[in-house]
Amino acid sequence: MSLRFGKAAWLGLAALAAAGAAHAQNEQFIPMAGYWVGPYAAGGSGVFGGYIDYINMVNARDGGVNGVKLTYEKCETEYNNARGVECYERLKKDGPTGASLIMPLSTGITYSLIDKGTADHIPIVSIGYGRTDASDGRVFPWVFPLITNYWSQNTAKIKFIASKEGGLDKLKGKKIVNLYHDSAYGKETIPVLDAQAKKYGFEVTHIPVAHPGNEQQAQWLQIRQIKPDWVILRGWGVMNPTALKAAAKVGFPRNKMVGVWWSGAEEDVIPAGDAAKGFYAAAFNVSGSNYPVIKEIEKFVYTKGKGEMEDRSRVGSIYYNRGVVFGIVTVEAIRTAQERYGKGKPMTGDQMRWGLEHLNIDDKELKKLGATGFMQGLKVSCMDHEGGGAVKFLQWDGKKWNTVTDWIASDQSIVRPMIEESAAKYAKEKGITPRDCAKEG
Amino acid sequence: MLYRETGQFKTDYAADQQLFPIRQDRVAIVALLVFAFAGVPLAAATPGLAVAIDFNYWFSGVLIPFLIFSLAALGLNILTGYAGLLSLGTAAFMAVGAFAAYNFELRVPGMPMLMSFILAGGVAAVVGIVFGLPSLRIRGFYLAVATLAAQFFVVWALTKFGWFSNYSTSGVITAQKIAVFGWAIDTPVKRYLLVLAIVCVLALAAKNMVRGAAGRAWMAVRDMDVAAQVVGIPIMRTKLLAFAISSFYCGVAGALYAFAYLGTVEPAGFELDLSFRILFMIIIGGVGSILGSFLGAAFIVLLPIFLDLSANAIERSFGLTLPSGLVSNLTLIIFGALIVFFLSVEPLGLARLWQIAKEKLRLWPFPH
Repeated sequence: MSLRFGKAAWLGLAALAAAGAAHAQNEQFIPMAGYWVGPYAAGGSGVFGGYIDYINMVNARDGGVNGVKLTYEKCETEYNNARGVECYERLKKDGPTGASLIMPLSTGITYSLIDKGTADHIPIVSIGYGRTDASDGRVFPWVFPLITNYWSQNTAKIKFIASKEGGLDKLKGKKIVNLYHDSAYGKETIPVLDAQAKKYGFEVTHIPVAHPGNEQQAQWLQIRQIKPDWVILRGWGVMNPTALKAAAKVGFPRNKMVGVWWSGAEEDVIPAGDAAKGFYAAAFNVSGSNYPVIKEIEKFVYTKGKGEMEDRSRVGSIYYNRGVVFGIVTVEAIRTAQERYGKGKPMTGDQMRWGLEHLNIDDKELKKLGATGFMQGLKVSCMDHEGGGAVKFLQWDGKKWNTVTDWIASDQSIVRPMIEESAAKYAKEKGITPRDCAKEG
Repeated sequence: MLYRETGQFKTDYAADQQLFPIRQDRVAIVALLVFAFAGVPLAAATPGLAVAIDFNYWFSGVLIPFLIFSLAALGLNILTGYAGLLSLGTAAFMAVGAFAAYNFELRVPGMPMLMSFILAGGVAAVVGIVFGLPSLRIRGFYLAVATLAAQFFVVWALTKFGWFSNYSTSGVITAQKIAVFGWAIDTPVKRYLLVLAIVCVLALAAKNMVRGAAGRAWMAVRDMDVAAQVVGIPIMRTKLLAFAISSFYCGVAGALYAFAYLGTVEPAGFELDLSFRILFMIIIGGVGSILGSFLGAAFIVLLPIFLDLSANAIERSFGLTLPSGLVSNLTLIIFGALIVFFLSVEPLGLARLWQIAKEKLRLWPFPH
């Protein structure tokens, strides 16, 4: 009786199984190696919440990228290098073509993964952080510090300060204090500030704050003695609200303080209460849920109850929107890679690298994505793995972040030579021959 | 019954003084070493198995950190378990080893990599002796605080003085490629074998040391240092030797951590929580036991991974979405509970449990 099931039926079953398997093969895997616990959990949960929501929105609204469904798996790194490496090793082979790329949201983990990603052919994307000299794509073909790196941001910040002082020539003789988190992240901008101090004639004092930064009495007394015109706050985590409260105690006006984008989120200023009013911060993405892309996420993900953020009011916050930008970059890179290597097919690491290196999001594309004004346009190339370089400035009014400037471009005449010098030093140390961009496609 | 040593007679002193006098132990150790050195790499090279099991992940993400942390736990066990000098500065000594190895490789042209590791251990030993000087005057909890000073000072010094990280703008340094006797150690298998070889040699040295005069002096100091002094054991030399040897092991572990595991080093990666982690390893594994260092390291390295994989499996099979961060918080809770459990029920840790099992195996299946 069972044999009479018939050849046709067996063939049908086999076809179904094959189709099922083929369907399972048409997926693009994205590892989500982030942090939801620990002292930086507010940032990590916000960013990865936005990232995952955007991916789910693209799946729900468009069915993936040209029919290729996007899958992901979360892995907790706790902002710890060893955990980050372990998560990377565990997830790099998942999915039919392996991991598409990895965004660790941690400078330390990025550094640890550079050699491994280069050997495994998995691009490492460090949007707004990471190894700044990887902007030179000739030495770092697999590392993409996209949109804006720390040095570019710093030059834009000096331009902003100059605009408040009345022009770049008015910077001469002014005093600027760089209050930085005493870590690898914090020290990154010291050389570029020194270079600009020499160029524009202002005096810069670098004052470190030991991790985690909830004791800053000594530093702010020193700042009161110096009487600077501006203070750049390069903080992280609890250092930020502590700095704002200490500034209020010492009587330093907060509207003469400019923070980096890891000091410029709601979680950084709300704990400081009224002390934070007037504080400026740099950003490569804005806050607010009044953008078409956020509205689409709410429509396709939250109304169905599949949103990542348990606290719905966090949708549209700075960190959340940053995660959405990460998602946009990932999806557009996949789309760009598919244009060349085959629409509707999952992309390998090499193909994703090509996609990232030829990413071109212009104003028209931004409008289609619903992200006009939300993020800047991006044009990546072999020489330039940064692709953007512009920064907007926000000001906290006690309730929300208001955008107070348009996109301010960075000063690449200062930044680029320093990047190329640093990258060349790395290449010599590691014995890497820089690529010849003219020869590549 | 299985573990009986009846019938195993020793006919000379050398046989009597063996590290593993019982034949079953010797067989087990040889089998383990053969499996570790030959079996695992051969399995990794078999094409069929390599498809089913992701060996690179197991090497790079599990075995290598397990071996490195075992070495660090061994170092701490010598200091805290055998000599009784509680130390919270383990991660600092690892940091010294890592940065010293990097600087030796960088500044001395043509320095062989193994030599760099040994010299890095030596530098860590010197630093250990310096920070071990307080142990001559204070003990117990107060000594722990003095080693805490070592932990913070070393990390601060490595961040503050750019010379240690070759003036890199971010303070993060990339470890150089390892080459031993002309062979490049670039694949996970080769790194695993290198780390395994170093750990085996150092573990054997440790096992010998703790059996000999030095080890007995340490245990005397641990049990009652005044009585030890009265009996004639040179206290200063014994305590400083403990610090030196322990820091040497931690320094070599730190150098391997940077070169063979992470590939990059930054001072922030050697913070206090790493010191505590290694302390937890020896508490759970067993203070004052070489085997305990390995068991504790295996436990602490594998438990978070095991919990993570179980959580993923549960999520997949039941279609749930567990709250993010649940697994991490659960890991911390479990560690805390286990520390309390082990300290109250079995202060000598997993190694003691293994010893009790061996005792029972001598009689099994006859319970009396």
